[in-house]
Amino acid sequence: MAKIYVSPRTIVVPGDLIAEGDDVEVESLFIEKRGKKFYATITGLVSVEQAEEKYRINIIPLEGAYIPRPGDIVIGLVEDIGLTHWEIDISSPYKGILTVQEALDKPFNPVTDSLKRYLDVGDYVVAKVIAFDRARDPLLTIKGKGLGRVTEGSIIEIKPSRVPRVIGKKGSMVNMLMKETGCEILVGQNGRILVKCPSKDIEEVLILSIKKIEAEAHTTGLTERVREFIRKEREKRGV
Amino acid sequence: MPKLKRHTMETLLARGVRLDGRRLDEVRRIEIVPGYVEKAEGSALVRLGHTVVLAGVKTDIVAPFPDTPNDGVLVVHAEFVPLASPTFEPGPPDENAIELARVIDRSLREIRAVALDKLVLEPGKHVWRVFVDIYVLNHDGNLFDASMLASMAALMVTRLPKPVKTDNGYRVDRTKYTMLLPINHRVVSVTLAKISGKLIVDPTYEEEQVADTRLVIAVSDDGRIAGMQKTGMGSLSYNEVLNAVSIALNKAKTYLSVLEETVTPYRAKLEEELAKISEEGQEEQPPLIPKREHLETETIEQGEVVEEAAEGESEKVE
Amino acid sequence: MGGTGAEKPVLIRWEEREGVKTPVRIDGRLPEQLRPIRIEVGVLGNADGSALVEYGATRVLAAVYGPREAVPRHVALPDRAIIRCRYHMAPFSTEERKTPAPTRREVELSKVIREALESVVLTEMYPRTSIDVYMEVLQSDGGTRTAAITAASLALADAGIAMRDLVAGVAVGKVDGILVLDINEVEDNYAEADMPVAMAPSLDKVLLLQLNGVLSHDEFIKALELARKGILEIYKLQKEALRKKYVEVETSVTG
Repeated sequence: MAKIYVSPRTIVVPGDLIAEGDDVEVESLFIEKRGKKFYATITGLVSVEQAEEKYRINIIPLEGAYIPRPGDIVIGLVEDIGLTHWEIDISSPYKGILTVQEALDKPFNPVTDSLKRYLDVGDYVVAKVIAFDRARDPLLTIKGKGLGRVTEGSIIEIKPSRVPRVIGKKGSMVNMLMKETGCEILVGQNGRILVKCPSKDIEEVLILSIKKIEAEAHTTGLTERVREFIRKEREKRGV
Repeated sequence: MPKLKRHTMETLLARGVRLDGRRLDEVRRIEIVPGYVEKAEGSALVRLGHTVVLAGVKTDIVAPFPDTPNDGVLVVHAEFVPLASPTFEPGPPDENAIELARVIDRSLREIRAVALDKLVLEPGKHVWRVFVDIYVLNHDGNLFDASMLASMAALMVTRLPKPVKTDNGYRVDRTKYTMLLPINHRVVSVTLAKISGKLIVDPTYEEEQVADTRLVIAVSDDGRIAGMQKTGMGSLSYNEVLNAVSIALNKAKTYLSVLEETVTPYRAKLEEELAKISEEGQEEQPPLIPKREHLETETIEQGEVVEEAAEGESEKVE
Repeated sequence: MGGTGAEKPVLIRWEEREGVKTPVRIDGRLPEQLRPIRIEVGVLGNADGSALVEYGATRVLAAVYGPREAVPRHVALPDRAIIRCRYHMAPFSTEERKTPAPTRREVELSKVIREALESVVLTEMYPRTSIDVYMEVLQSDGGTRTAAITAASLALADAGIAMRDLVAGVAVGKVDGILVLDINEVEDNYAEADMPVAMAPSLDKVLLLQLNGVLSHDEFIKALELARKGILEIYKLQKEALRKKYVEVETSVTG
């Protein structure tokens, strides 16, 4: 038995009553249970899924800082270099730490070698968050397929809260973007996106489309509108 | 606070008792020593359990505020001096000291506890300015109630020195006293803290550390609410607020009766002495140094009073 | 309060309305009426969240930066965010120029506002960071701290910071013996009592409560109830304003 007080895919704000009852499952960090009632604690898009008698409620925040989670792929910017680690800006209130062991396959001697040789301040990296417990800064690794220093392409920054929309359900949005533009796209969970496009014109169209998704993230029918948009823009530019 | 102690505190509270054995609405032992600082125009030392606050009153003659030309000036200031607690740092008053001074100021001002209109020498030009300086000497919780008591008691026993007319105004002659500060109302405050859903009166320092929040309610001798301040993080439910106010209006009587028993007779004695002096028309009077009835066995070491850089004009409290 | 220098204006006049003698305030409002309230969210580009709130002529701008790295590092708490608040009045916001330096009043108000917000922000979700809330009073006409906390709460929501509820505030006054809601500056100058209140309505929690003035027990109970009523109205407007930002985009693209 449960009562749902919101329509699915509507905007909720802190303090909004979402649901009440026994058969309610919560998927989000941003829903607070008070007795048998469930309240939103953030501004976001609410979703309600029903499976027989059970309801699953979730909120996708529309705003907010990027808080790292282990397993996230992020695109970081090297900010500082220590003796055996780099400090990486991952667009978060928390700084990413990349130790030399998580970057190089061979042993590293700080006396004879310097970290600068491998990654310098200002370099972008594609990294994975391997650990983040609230007591220490998040630990990163660039060892692994697809990870490492960024050598080509362009970086686009969007609000981290809009990342789920750019990726889409099961990658539907980002796959559409890649198909329609022919670009390679890597979306970091922290709101940084790496794109490699066949031409500067196409890159421009892609950037505009990503910005459009960012602005209209909470609306319906977005995938179709963006597809239309890309086709029109490509036509305009004759590419 | 160690978890175990906190747990003990909460268990006891559930049974209506506190760590020091008091009931939820019981106030600690109160001691007021009026006239503690003989050289000040007025003063009072208050002990509330282990909390010790000293209030001193000094006066001088100034121009009134432009929007109140027929009123004297009242200024309340508080210092949380480092000797009172390991948590007090040297330096100008922090937000806690500022808040306390302003709450006490408002509680005295709005109800006109002191008859400021009777402190005018020349309307619009020269009026008495009364400084109340609150000095916290030992912090064991409930600084508001202790400071309010000390301030009220000090004001109740304040004598105004003789104003002497000069070419461009007045100066003050503190070898002679003319009158007692005119008082309209006695005001006290009752502080309640909320711990584990229970409201307790007169919290100790430890209790304040675990409390959700505190509510300070100023009450006048005629049973009106003369001020209120919710202080500290946390919150109270709507009904808890109403409940707290009811408790406070009741508990105020405890504080008011201490003032009545200790300070009122002292003030009466001062009035007598002043009346005698004016009768006998003495030109030179020895400064009135009322004997302290008993000496404390603990000597209170006055720390260095650091001169604070002038904050500019005393602000009108809004 | 209680200025005796200037001539006191008529704060309450009694008029016949629908055959009943009704008290009417200096600006024409009835005792239980709020001033016109205007709210705009997301007005500043650099801040993570922002809001502009107007209660009549009182105008307050709030901005939130955070959660961000706490600097200096030693102020950070290991298990939650610290909240820093600054309530400040612009020098041109008041009738007489106000000194830009922080006054004791601003220190006190920054404290009580911070304490109110700390009760609702889910700081444990952002350990070792700081959330900085800045409130600037651009124009002052009474009720500035309540407009400020209303704006601060919206700015926090706009920044996507997790909170248990929004916070709305309003000041109740006693003017010529009548309890009135949302006092303006003139009323405040002559009021017998001025009581700012802020609540988190869905939690029924009182987060900010001050009384400057004198009330009987009975008057206090009525005043608190009047404040709650006003707060609930403002709370509705806050939610509308937060949603508005997204609804506008939605309607413009989907028609």
